[in-house]
Amino acid sequence: MKKQKEMKNIKSTKNVIFYGLIGGLAAVTLASLIIIIGYILINGMSHINLEFLTQEPRRMGKEGGIFSVIVGTLMVTGLGILIATPIGIAAAIYFTEYSKEGKGVTLIRFFTEILAGIPSIIFGLFGFAFFVIFLGMGWSVISGGLTLAIMVLPTLIRATEESLKTVPMSYREGSLSLGATKWQTIIKVILPCCRPGILTGLILGIGRAIGETAAVMLTVGGSLRLPSSIFDSTRTMSVHLYVLAAEGLSMEKTYATAALLIFIVLLINTSANLISSKLGGNNGN
Amino acid sequence: MKTYEKIIEKLILICAVTATISVALITLFIFKSGLPVLADYGVFNFIFGTTWSPTNGSYGIFPLIAGTLSVTLGALVIGIPTGLACAVFLAEILPKHWAKAFKSAIELLAGIPSVVYGFFGLVVLVPAIRNFVLPIYKIFHPEASATGFSILAGAVILAIMILPTIVSISENSIAAVPREFKEASLALGANKMETIVRVLIPAAKSGILSSIILGMGRAIGETMAVLLITGNMAKVPSGILDPVATLTGTIAMEMGYASPTHQQALFAVGIILFVIIMLLNIFAQLSMRGMGGSAR
Repeated sequence: MKKQKEMKNIKSTKNVIFYGLIGGLAAVTLASLIIIIGYILINGMSHINLEFLTQEPRRMGKEGGIFSVIVGTLMVTGLGILIATPIGIAAAIYFTEYSKEGKGVTLIRFFTEILAGIPSIIFGLFGFAFFVIFLGMGWSVISGGLTLAIMVLPTLIRATEESLKTVPMSYREGSLSLGATKWQTIIKVILPCCRPGILTGLILGIGRAIGETAAVMLTVGGSLRLPSSIFDSTRTMSVHLYVLAAEGLSMEKTYATAALLIFIVLLINTSANLISSKLGGNNGN
Repeated sequence: MKTYEKIIEKLILICAVTATISVALITLFIFKSGLPVLADYGVFNFIFGTTWSPTNGSYGIFPLIAGTLSVTLGALVIGIPTGLACAVFLAEILPKHWAKAFKSAIELLAGIPSVVYGFFGLVVLVPAIRNFVLPIYKIFHPEASATGFSILAGAVILAIMILPTIVSISENSIAAVPREFKEASLALGANKMETIVRVLIPAAKSGILSSIILGMGRAIGETMAVLLITGNMAKVPSGILDPVATLTGTIAMEMGYASPTHQQALFAVGIILFVIIMLLNIFAQLSMRGMGGSAR
C-alpha cells in the first residue's frame, strides 16, 4: 500500500516537471516573440513621422528620411511579385488540374520543394552571376525583381495548390458536363473559388520579398538615389536596415526603419490571417 | 478550339517547370563561377585550409565551416527541445481555440525578416552577453575577454528563427498519429505524459526528424542575422563566447568589395554551402516521403 503511494508520488512529480517544462518552453517562445516585436516597435515608432517617410535620405541615411528606399522596396518587391504570380498560379494549376502522376511530375515537384529550401545568399550569388553579370542587367531593380520572383515562386505555388485542392470535384464535373472546356472550367469556375487562398499566398510572398536582404543586396546594389527606371540601382528597406545597423550610422533611423519593417510584417500577417479565415478558406495552413 | 486548349496546356507546363529550370540554372551558375578557384586551389586545401585571407590569396575555409557548424549546433541544442515542447503543447495540451492563436504567433515569428532578428541581436543580445554572461564565464575562464559578438549570440537568435520550422512540421506529424495509438495507450493505463513520450513522439519521429533537418538547413543558410552578431572573425573558435565567421556571412560581407579571384573564391564557398544544403534538403524530402507526406 505504502509502496503504491510512493509510486504515485513519483509519477505526479514527474508529471509536474514534464508539464512545467513544456509550458515553460512554450512560454519562453511566446515571450521572445513579444519581446522582439515590442522592443523594436517601442524604440522605433516614435521616430517614424511624416518627415521620415517622405524625405530623401541625407548623408548616407544618417539624416532625412527613407523615401527613396520605400520607393525602391515597392519597385523591387512589386516587380518580383508581378513576375512570380502568373507563373506560380499556372504551375499550381498544372500540378492539380493537368498533371498525371508519373516520374516526370514527381521530379518537377521535387525540384519545386528543393527551390524552397535554397538559402537566400545562394539566390543572391546566382542573381549576381546570372542577371547582373551574364545577362548584363547590372545592379538594378530588374535584377533584384527577377531574383525575388524565383525565390517566392514556391510559396505561391504551394498556397495556390492548397486552395485548388479544396475545390470540390463536383464543381469541375458540373462545369464540364455543361459543355465547358477544361480551360473555361479552370478560369470561370475553379479559380474564382480560390481567390482567398491565392490572395493569402500572394500576401505571404510579398512578406517574404520585403524582408529579404541577402539576395537583394547582391543584385540591386545599394544606391540611395530615387530610381527612375527598373534599370537603376536602388536599396530596399531591409538592405537599408542592414547598412545602418552594420555601420552604426544613426541609432534613431535604424530603429525607425526596423519598426517600419516590423509594422509592415504585422500588417501582412494580420491581413493574410483575416483573409484566410473570413473568406472561408482553410487554405495555406 | 482544341488547338487553343493544347497551347494553353503547353504554356502552363512551361510555368510548372520554371522552378525546375531555376534550380538547374542556379546550380549551373554557382558551379561555373566557383569551380575555377576550387580546381586551382584544390578541393582538399580549400575545405581543410585553416587560413581564410583572400587578400593574400589564402582560401582555406575550414574556419568558416567551423563557424557555421558551431552556430548551427548551438541553435539546434536550444531549438530542438524548445520546438518539440511547443509542438507537443500545441498538438496535445492546449485547447483548440488557444492552439490556433499560439500557432499564428509562431507563424509571425517566421514572418519577421532575418535582418530584424540580426538588429535585435545586435542591440539587445550582444550587450546582454557582454554584461551578464561574460562575468559568469570569467569565473571559470579568468583570462576570457569577449565583446558579446559570439557563437552564443548567433545560436540564440538562430534557435528562435528555426523554431517555426521545427514546431509546425513536428506538430503536424504528432497530430497525424492515428487516434487508435493514443487510445490504446491510455486504455492500457498509461497517463497522458507517458502516452506523449512513449507513443506519440516515437510514432511521429520521421516527421520530427525532417523538421529538425529542415531547421538545420535553415540555420546553415541563414545570413543577415548571423552576419550582424557573430563577429565575423575567420578563426576556429575555442569557446562559445568566441567570435566566428560563417560561410554565409563571409559571402555577404565580402562580395561587395571582392577582387575577381576573391569573388570566384566566394562563389566556391557558395558551392560548398549549396552542396551541404542540397544534401540536407534531399534527406529531409526523403524522410518526409517515408512518412507518407502527412507532414505538409
